[in-house]
Amino acid sequence: MIHTSHLSKIYKNDAVETIALSDASFEIKKGEFVAIMGPSGSGKSTLMHIIGALDTPTSGTYALDGEEVGKLSEDELADIRNRKIGFVFQSYNLLPRTTALKNIMLPMVYAGLPKEERIKRASDLLEMVGLSDRRSHTSSQLSGGQQQRVAIARSLANNPSIILADEPTGNLATVQGEEIMAIFQNLNKKGHTIIMITHEPYIAQYAKRIIYLKDGKLVKDESNHRQKKVRF
Amino acid sequence: MKFKNYLEIRNFQDMDFSETLQSALEALTLNKLRTTLATLGVVIGIGAVIALVSLGQSGQKAVEAQIKSLGSNLLTVIPGALRPGDIRSAAGTSTTLKLADAKAILADKSISGIKNVSAEILRRSQVVAGRNNTNTQVLGVLSSYQEVRNLQMQSGRFITETDINSLAKVAVLGPQAASDLFGDVNPVGQTIRINKLSFRIVGVTVAKGASGFQNQDDIIFIPLTTAQKQLFGVDFIGTISIQLEKQELSDQVRNQVGFLLLARHRISDPQNADFTIFSQADVLGAAAQVTGIFTTLLSGIAAISLLVGGIGIMNIMFVTVTERTREIGLRKALGAKKKWIIIQFLTESALLTIVGGILGILLGTVLSFVVSKIINLPFTVSMISIILAVGVSGGIGIIFGWYPAQKAANLSPIEALRYE
Repeated sequence: MIHTSHLSKIYKNDAVETIALSDASFEIKKGEFVAIMGPSGSGKSTLMHIIGALDTPTSGTYALDGEEVGKLSEDELADIRNRKIGFVFQSYNLLPRTTALKNIMLPMVYAGLPKEERIKRASDLLEMVGLSDRRSHTSSQLSGGQQQRVAIARSLANNPSIILADEPTGNLATVQGEEIMAIFQNLNKKGHTIIMITHEPYIAQYAKRIIYLKDGKLVKDESNHRQKKVRF
Repeated sequence: MKFKNYLEIRNFQDMDFSETLQSALEALTLNKLRTTLATLGVVIGIGAVIALVSLGQSGQKAVEAQIKSLGSNLLTVIPGALRPGDIRSAAGTSTTLKLADAKAILADKSISGIKNVSAEILRRSQVVAGRNNTNTQVLGVLSSYQEVRNLQMQSGRFITETDINSLAKVAVLGPQAASDLFGDVNPVGQTIRINKLSFRIVGVTVAKGASGFQNQDDIIFIPLTTAQKQLFGVDFIGTISIQLEKQELSDQVRNQVGFLLLARHRISDPQNADFTIFSQADVLGAAAQVTGIFTTLLSGIAAISLLVGGIGIMNIMFVTVTERTREIGLRKALGAKKKWIIIQFLTESALLTIVGGILGILLGTVLSFVVSKIINLPFTVSMISIILAVGVSGGIGIIFGWYPAQKAANLSPIEALRYE
């Protein structure tokens, strides 16, 4: 599903070159639950941007579902993001003053789904994250945990190939964080591919596989045999 | 490969425009005061354009109507030349036109297309009627004046041929002069004194309204011969009015009359003509030009206020884009293409200006209605100016919204999402 080889990203600022990512090669298969770990400045955000088709690598290749993403135009990248990637951000990034239902529907609007279908699908997703009774609540009327659940529902809007979560529990208390992890494990069980960026080891323990980054280099890539399970 | 095809078949039509419109409305109603103030600039701009163009057109119509009321198909001969660069003597002081000239024009059978000819002399005089007196225009006329100038009688009769031949001391009053001198009393049969000469009033004309160069109501008509020989003691005339059968003959008759008068005045070079002939079309054209210049000038000023309004819109759109950087980043991350972001922001700015334009049309219409009532002009609002205003206001939204929308669409989603 994801195939990268020798991915590098170099930022040029004036005369200073910053190597954010160098020579990262790995593969992620369908149905995996991968945590990408590393301290700040390790290049995990850069990697996430590339995997999320928000940015293109300076060199190396990145193929998503067999499609070479590095060569696509800006609008084609937008399309990849819309169809193939479901983003979950640390700060939720829901539209303010917009209802939960409408937030979930936004990627479907850009995908050109008819209105009836949008409403039906968004309602189903809202039910899946257990917030059916909050469909008409605006983002500001929801708690952080609830907002992140809406964001997860939104990430599933166009049934993407991967769910890409950037520090999804960073702004949440431990209990709420565990709720989010439970939802991820549940989705993973249903066959969704999940890639999660985190710097917290205990959050990474919920994943099946952990990739460690340091100074822009992939230093360790191992299966997590002691995957922590959330029980509900 | 399957995926590639999928990309190609998707285009803008896939996106729900009603969704864009709705989110634009939501965004605009979010900050009502700001939206109102931004719109106000366009409201005032469009309102000013509509009001001034409408008033300009009303003024033009009023001037045209008054000039037409002088009598249509008319050529006027005045003494003196209208050569550029010449110093022109005051009207009425040139002595080159004589009654014989007018008679010659009428008598010349080689000039075809002339219906009637009238000759006049105009002076201001003090007129006394009993205890009332007024300073008004006294116009010596031929009997043909009534037909040439399309005068209607309110009561009594106009000056006749017999009056002319017998140097009768009779007078016909314009309605304004009649009311100034006699109030509500019917003046027919009464006597007035002009420069110590007594005149018997034989008629009163119907009101025609003020025209560009003479008030046709504040006037007293007397026989031309009486005016020349007994009142003013002169042998020349002030104007010759030539009524044409058809307006199309204007240029032809003007040339023929010109050559006839040149011959009569023994002038070989038309450059040295001691008279000037002009048509109603000339007067109309000149007046239309003047009102046209005013309309253009005022509309120009109004257009400047519209421009300022547009800049206000641009300013507010920039603020909006900056404020919503994170939202833009999110929308792009979720798959919004550049053009969708552009369309979203253009929809907002166009919505602002179109609503402003519609309110501006209402404001302008009300304004021009009130002003035209106050200064007594016919009220007109041209459809063209309204259609233009809607188009222009929408266009302003798109033109002044374009740059901010571009700025929004070109934001990098990564940077935009990081923006605090």
